[in-house]
Amino acid sequence: MRELSLHILDIVENSVKANATLIQVDIEVKNGYLYITVVDNGKGMSEEFLAKVVDPFTTTRTTRKVGLGIPLIKQAAEVAEGEFSITSKLGEGTTVKTSYKLDSIDRVPLGDVPETITTLLYPNIEFVWRYAVNGEEFIFDTREVKEELQGVPIDSPEILVFLKSLLKENIDSINGGIII
Amino acid sequence: MKSIADIKAIREKMQAQIMNRDNVSDAAETRVVVGMATCGIAAGARPVFNELVDQVQKRGLENVKVTRAGCLGMCKLEPIVEVFVPGQEKVTYVKVDAQKAKDIIEKHIVGGNICTDYLVGEE
Repeated sequence: MRELSLHILDIVENSVKANATLIQVDIEVKNGYLYITVVDNGKGMSEEFLAKVVDPFTTTRTTRKVGLGIPLIKQAAEVAEGEFSITSKLGEGTTVKTSYKLDSIDRVPLGDVPETITTLLYPNIEFVWRYAVNGEEFIFDTREVKEELQGVPIDSPEILVFLKSLLKENIDSINGGIII
Repeated sequence: MKSIADIKAIREKMQAQIMNRDNVSDAAETRVVVGMATCGIAAGARPVFNELVDQVQKRGLENVKVTRAGCLGMCKLEPIVEVFVPGQEKVTYVKVDAQKAKDIIEKHIVGGNICTDYLVGEE
């Protein structure tokens, strides 16, 4: 994929399909590395399925026989001199952790994080996005947004467009002119 | 810089609209569905989704919902957009990009004319 934020979108969709009600995504730049962690409280995976989840010919889907989301993000991390790990427990949820060496020539750019966040706003799922660069952080918690919205759906076009511009301003400010 | 508290003004405007919409049943809602599985995302579904949302917002279209689905089963034709207009057959657009997304809103959703160039078999 062209952007790491597209990999994030893809693996968070797995959390959505696993019926998670709370998904935490942490994107942090520190000590020359980019760390991306996704934690969900979805239905989790059995040990048997977890053992083969990085195999591209493993999937729970019935529409096709390949499952590329996890193998692709693993490959993106490993080619960028980073690491990949996945832990999961049935009934408790799943955690995917990846890291990427910032100056690796094979690292895919982080890309458009605000667009990924607004593509993932669901009325019945809560998200906590933490975006941190060298000690400065911005936290976007959909529970706070929904409290402010007082029943107006978070995925209404008007709200999505506003939130995208809010996220862009805040993330650009944290980046301080650096393209990650 | 914008903050979450700034949402109040939009919320108040929307709450008035929602009260009007309460008189319209869900059956009257047009749905625009974007395939958002690995295949769709890799092919460019995210900018398509966001362009559809932008167009619906810019044109102030009421009763139009832009939403996501998983893999629609035709990975090589992604990004795929399905349009459900009440009382009409489903229309499936394939290999959609941001410009085509704009056309779908303008010509199909607003104008009522299916964009036949973007259908399966025409790609």
